[in-house]
Amino acid sequence: MLRSIPRYLVHLLALLAMAFCLAITMGAARAQTTLLNVSYDPTRELYRDINREFISDWKARTGQTLTIRQSHGGSGSQARSVIDGLNADIVTLALSADIDAIAERTKKLPDQWQKRLPQNSSPYTSTIIFLVRKGNPKGVRDWDDLVKPGIQVITPNPKTSGGARWNYLAAWAFADKLFNKDETKVRDFVGRLLNNVPILDTGARASTNTFTKRGIGDVLLSWENEAFLALKEAGGDQFEILVPSLSILAEPPVALIDANVDTNKTRSAAQAYLEFLYTPKAQAIIAKNFYRPRDAQHVDPKDLVRFPKIELVNIDDAFGGWSKVQQAHFADGGIFDQIYKPGR
Amino acid sequence: MSSLARRPWRAHSILPGFGIGLGIAVTALSLIVLIPLAALVIKAASAGPAGFVALALSPRTLLALRLSFGAALIAALVNVIFGVIIAWVLVRYDFPGKKLLDAAIDLPFALPTAVAGIALTAIYAPNGWIGGLLAPWGIKIAYTPLGVVMALIFVSLPFIVRTVQPVLQECEAELEEAAALSGASRLRTIWSVILPPLLPALLTGFILALARAVGEYGSVIFIAGNLPGISEIAPLLIVIRLEQFDYAGAAVVGVLMLAISFTLILSINSLQALVRRRLGYV
Repeated sequence: MLRSIPRYLVHLLALLAMAFCLAITMGAARAQTTLLNVSYDPTRELYRDINREFISDWKARTGQTLTIRQSHGGSGSQARSVIDGLNADIVTLALSADIDAIAERTKKLPDQWQKRLPQNSSPYTSTIIFLVRKGNPKGVRDWDDLVKPGIQVITPNPKTSGGARWNYLAAWAFADKLFNKDETKVRDFVGRLLNNVPILDTGARASTNTFTKRGIGDVLLSWENEAFLALKEAGGDQFEILVPSLSILAEPPVALIDANVDTNKTRSAAQAYLEFLYTPKAQAIIAKNFYRPRDAQHVDPKDLVRFPKIELVNIDDAFGGWSKVQQAHFADGGIFDQIYKPGR
Repeated sequence: MSSLARRPWRAHSILPGFGIGLGIAVTALSLIVLIPLAALVIKAASAGPAGFVALALSPRTLLALRLSFGAALIAALVNVIFGVIIAWVLVRYDFPGKKLLDAAIDLPFALPTAVAGIALTAIYAPNGWIGGLLAPWGIKIAYTPLGVVMALIFVSLPFIVRTVQPVLQECEAELEEAAALSGASRLRTIWSVILPPLLPALLTGFILALARAVGEYGSVIFIAGNLPGISEIAPLLIVIRLEQFDYAGAAVVGVLMLAISFTLILSINSLQALVRRRLGYV
């Protein structure tokens, strides 16, 4: 019987059957909702804990089994992946300029995305502090010690690292206060600080490794959470955290990508995920992972005492917002390019 | 007759399959190489002539290009010397562990370059095994242009060894013995008997090593220090442009690298043709 059917038809049928099976399996996989959270470098540990908690929370509320996939990398390059078409449901990046770039270039979310969630869409904050070697052999106390000759400062490149942009702006804010907004002096101050940087890594994690593993530099400018993590890993007897007199309030924002969640049909889960970040349960996890919670009410006091009180300047008040900062300081030929001239 | 004078557009070959062979070759080459490269050039063109020139001639770009190509040239030259010696030892002598050594040559191929970069940095950093020995003498390798050269030597070593090795295998040891018997000094034997037949293969290996080293990113990024104008390689400049969402600027640096590489490879290839003719190969 089979012989009477032309051979190519048999092949075609087999192929169709295979395609059918594949479609069914993929359909089944799709029916179980999947969220993709595209995030920046140091949040691996944080979102691993958050996701576990949210999946069980979502299951209890809707009966749906949720899968959450994570992607981590430098904040800027993660934004670029989303711009280039990475199908992210949620982005949780290091600074709003990166989500602004997604909104501006893809129109996949509205320009006013940051107004959609409480507190500038930032469910937690962090700041920039110093990590020095045990005993602080160079006697560093504040930002103005970092411009002294002979001090080596480790920070990543602000052009490639979101964290490094916060570092740079924190130094700028300090100098701004010190010199009473005399911009020539501020430029000179930040320029001298940058000239004390012997290695410019591309990301925050790489800089941490240069400082802790390669033993280079006297001071590491670091995310507060990253510094705590480094202390925890090193066992606490090699480095110490130093709190400068003034630093910057870093507000890493979160957003859902409207066009993507609508095609993926994941809007309700994505929205719930973002709102979950503001709940007491999530806030406690956030504090446990060394980020500063917005709502400390239900946080373990043990996790709170490690956040010292620092005078924190806000990017909107001190610099007029990220889009302005990005243009003035970090664009090609901007202030960073003007004041940073190594090898000359 | 005029029809005799007119040349056909291609010489007839007695080998069959020219048409289909060429068709497949051109299609494959287009899909894999030419179309992506054309896209790169088109992207770079979107920067406009003024933007292109301004970016191409900016001191930072020029310094990065100088470092990338300079370090790659040095690395390839170093590998010419050590590659030939390694190939020579592997072909001409028998010793225990030869198979292992032979296999180890290819390791730089197999290793993810980031792993190589981290390993090299760990060793050559001021607190590493070798870096620690050199530090008291004031010699720094990691986080200097010297570190870039070290990483490039590492990733491009196999090319020279693997191109020279088979040619050396073909050379008969009897020739060298004959030269020695005819009274040639050892140096003369190396210079006039061993090296000339190796030269074409050596040049091929040199091109491959150079090309590999110029484009290397993963390993260099860890050991370079990445200071603009000092230890910043051109591929990093491309990545930095991309991080700023400046696709056209990234493409401009890419096109510059492509143009320089192409010129270099073309001139070495013609040098190779010259050498082959001199030596009496076809």
